[in-house]
Amino acid sequence: MLRFSKDHEWVRRDGDIAVVGITDYAQGQLGDVVYVELPEIGKKVEKGKEAAVVESVKAASEVYAPVSGEVVAVNEALAGEPAKVNADPMGEGWFLKIRMSNPGELEELMDEAAYKDYVAGLS
Amino acid sequence: MSEWSQAVSGFRASGAAAETISGNRGLQIEENLLFEKDYGGRSGVDLPEPPKVRERIGAVRRKGRIGLPGVSEPQVVRHFTRLSQKNYSIDTGLYPLGSCTMKHNPRLNEKLARLPGFADIHPLQPVSTVQGALELIDRLAWWLKALTGMPAVAMSPAAGAHGELCGIMTIRAAIEARGERRQKILVPDSAHGTNPATAAACGYAVEAIPADPRGRVDLAALEAKLAPDVAAIMLTNPNTCGLFEPDILRIAEAVHRVGAFFYCDGANFNAIVGRVRPADLGIDAMHINLHKTFSTPHGGGGPGAGPVVLSEALAPFAPVPWVVHGKKGFELVEKDKKSLGRLKGFHGQMGMFVRALAYIMSHGADGLWQVSGDAVLNANYLLARLRGELTPAFEGPCMHEVLFDDRFLKDTGVQTLDFAKALIDEGYHPMTMYFPLVVHGALLVEPTETESKDSLDRFADVVLALARRAKAGDAEHFKGAPRLTPRRRLDETAAARKPVLRWRPEGSEKAEAAE
Amino acid sequence: MRYLPLTDAERRQMLQMIGAPSVEALFRDVPEEARLSGPLDLPKAMGELEVERALAAMAAKNTPAGSVPFFCGAGAYRHHVPAAVDHLIQRGEFLTSYTPYQPEVSQGTLQALFEFQTQVALITGMEVANASMYDGATATAEAVMMANRLTRRGKAILSGGLHPHYREITATHGRFVGFETVLAPAAPEGGEDLMGLVDANTSCVVVQNPDFFGHVRDYGALAEACHRAGALLVVAVTEPVSLGIITPPGEMGADIVAAEGQGIGVGLNFGGPYVGLFATREKFVRQMPGRVAGETVDADGRRGWVLTLSTREQHIRREKATSNICTNSGLCALAFTIHMALLGEAGFTRLAELNHARAVQLADRLATVPGATVLNETFFNEFTVRLAKPAAPIVERLAKKRVLAGVPVSRFYPKAKDLLLVAATETTTEDDIEIFATKLTEALR
Repeated sequence: MLRFSKDHEWVRRDGDIAVVGITDYAQGQLGDVVYVELPEIGKKVEKGKEAAVVESVKAASEVYAPVSGEVVAVNEALAGEPAKVNADPMGEGWFLKIRMSNPGELEELMDEAAYKDYVAGLS
Repeated sequence: MSEWSQAVSGFRASGAAAETISGNRGLQIEENLLFEKDYGGRSGVDLPEPPKVRERIGAVRRKGRIGLPGVSEPQVVRHFTRLSQKNYSIDTGLYPLGSCTMKHNPRLNEKLARLPGFADIHPLQPVSTVQGALELIDRLAWWLKALTGMPAVAMSPAAGAHGELCGIMTIRAAIEARGERRQKILVPDSAHGTNPATAAACGYAVEAIPADPRGRVDLAALEAKLAPDVAAIMLTNPNTCGLFEPDILRIAEAVHRVGAFFYCDGANFNAIVGRVRPADLGIDAMHINLHKTFSTPHGGGGPGAGPVVLSEALAPFAPVPWVVHGKKGFELVEKDKKSLGRLKGFHGQMGMFVRALAYIMSHGADGLWQVSGDAVLNANYLLARLRGELTPAFEGPCMHEVLFDDRFLKDTGVQTLDFAKALIDEGYHPMTMYFPLVVHGALLVEPTETESKDSLDRFADVVLALARRAKAGDAEHFKGAPRLTPRRRLDETAAARKPVLRWRPEGSEKAEAAE
Repeated sequence: MRYLPLTDAERRQMLQMIGAPSVEALFRDVPEEARLSGPLDLPKAMGELEVERALAAMAAKNTPAGSVPFFCGAGAYRHHVPAAVDHLIQRGEFLTSYTPYQPEVSQGTLQALFEFQTQVALITGMEVANASMYDGATATAEAVMMANRLTRRGKAILSGGLHPHYREITATHGRFVGFETVLAPAAPEGGEDLMGLVDANTSCVVVQNPDFFGHVRDYGALAEACHRAGALLVVAVTEPVSLGIITPPGEMGADIVAAEGQGIGVGLNFGGPYVGLFATREKFVRQMPGRVAGETVDADGRRGWVLTLSTREQHIRREKATSNICTNSGLCALAFTIHMALLGEAGFTRLAELNHARAVQLADRLATVPGATVLNETFFNEFTVRLAKPAAPIVERLAKKRVLAGVPVSRFYPKAKDLLLVAATETTTEDDIEIFATKLTEALR
């Protein structure tokens, strides 16, 4: 199940684990990503609050947790190759995995079609 | 950003780098790093053999090579002379960087700052042996107070942002002395990045005030946010759109009504110096960038100086040290119970004080009146000359700088950045770009009063012609610019992804200085 | 006015083009009641000669260090700066350029900064350095705030051997920024137990080498103890020349080095402008404050330099920046770079040896003065002397006899009346030492 937030994070559900990244639209807006600051494993994150930071040359943006829970994994590969966020934002460019404390929160997010409409409305 | 990097890879293929054998191009000479020209034990200084003594440094004698190259004086002089020739400067041409006030730097000031009586005195010599230095600080302080109408000035801050820190700390100390705690500082969207950074550094939450369609503070929005938890407003005036805040007296009144303080970012003081006194605007504290308004050289990024003028209410909390007139002449106060403490080693940027005082005395009250008049006249002249092709962000006259947005580049395929880079090939430093953030694709132009009409006309002709060229569909010209500089556009993405921040000998991976 | 090119005729022409009746009309947004009607009643413009006379008269009231036997240090040191340094930094392309935000027209400044960063990293024994801070004292406060961010802790232990100004400035920041500073008592004779003050909320321990009283220390064991406690070791250095012969902080295990660079290339200037050196480990670089130059390539694939990692800085991050610093000390950093380039490996080491040798000669001579005791077993070019009489009046008395005899510790610690800090550098002659010792002997009699 794939869901999207208004802040352009995507989340893919895998049991009680949510895999989180930023969308293709978001990486396009940011431009070349040069650095990703990821949280420590074990950190508790809250829906809508800062979970990571993604930086391009001229901008730094917070990445908000689309769901609440505990960080159980982060994508270490991004440290050496932040370009993965641009090249494959929905795949190898994932940011973190959250063990969800309230999977019901997923229902508050958009599905793919709704997000597509949402983005179309922005430009 | 993404368009930009595509442009970079686009013209790499057609790159016309080294057409000469040497890689040099006439007067543009390639220069390697100092570290790539080590001549063994050579040195550019001749020092005597140290007298033989029993060493007393203990068991920490440095071992092994440091890694510094050995080079003779002629090689050093040539190295840095060649480097200097890769820089743009005020001495070479108009430097229209908005909000930076790149005016002429008089050489008299350099000469005076180097008098041994100023340059070769130690900050901790007995005060009886530095009476002239304290007199100079006192004299400059007197001028700064007179020009701003304020009763006190903290001289020690080292730069504008340091002055902001001083000002906001002073405000917090005054508020705490009243037994209050306040949590917020209001900062307009158009503010310099240092303003919110300073407020946050002093433990305040930053709340943005939106700009109205005229590019000014939205008074109603401001009043709605003013509450007893607001410590201060930080406002640049004239603001970063190059506009004076016409509601300033009402803003000050509203701020004071809730017991908050009015901090003014004085970066743009050049527009009003000698004509308007910040005290008459209701300001409680304002830093003055001596390296902008009073022409101490920017030096490729400092040193600057940022004295802060203070109202009666704030003065007792100013940081130490300060100069007083004592029984035996000038004295230095270095400890004080009410003072917020110390912010800078020793007594501040003396070298900058000498230069600023020389500048102020050279102009006098009449000259400074003319300075702000000409600064504003020059900016409005450029506005008048350019408005046919460029799009001014706001209606009406500007102050010392004029703001354009990128509407005139719509559908040309040329971005603000490309437009500015094309100016470089024409022999001009670009204007400030993408700042302030309240305007799309901002181009902020500040000519300063030390430009002649001739110089402004030539600049305007070039900008107009470039605008016409962009509109004629020659986007490629802009995307490939600059072509004539020692280096063309630099890959900032690569620099940030894998930072290389120092030289290392070939073959040596990460430093020997292991974890 | 010689700096203003416009003529009255041109001003009229320009107003016509603008469509404004007068310059005053352009100020229409300024509330009428706040506008002055004419120049303030203050002194009028002066010619170059008059200004020079007025300021030269002030300068003449001071006693320049070079005119007398001179022994002041305590965080600012008098060294000989080669003539080429001042000549080169006065080239207009360096002097009158802005921060190198436009790299294509600033490669000179950027390359020089890259060389500066490399020199600073090398002499401090650290991996990376930034493009300068205001001075050593403010760099130390920034180092503590960086340690707080890195460790997510909020307490700094400041050694009693740390320069009092560095302590005061860090404490001021602590009060307003919101972290705790623990000031260990000043220890003129050395020896303090800093680890006893470290707890689970301690972000860093800040020490100085050589310390304020001149003692040279090995902080290797302290670094290890800090790291075991999850804290960082910040080492301040007030005399960069010392790094020519003393094991650098990096090799002792320092995590951040904050140093005053004034001693190389920058004169005394009555305390400013100076140049702060800031160096750290590569892995901490994204929490480092201040500007930094980095290597890259241009569109034609040629090596070049840019300011990089700017997302840490205030103009991007605004209220979330690592520091509010903007203008730093570029031209002083350039002077440092050029002086260091002239010195080179051999010259830098020789300069340090010469400083130390002069200080040893001074210490040996002062040790023979009745009523003067040298406290230090170890020192570089500065040490503490205990006098049989209060130091401040003695210094005042010697100043009248045209000897600048050092810095009384009471200027910082009013109770330490009998302590005097004295420094010698390569500029100190054997004659200077003899005159000082003779006059001090008289004064203590």
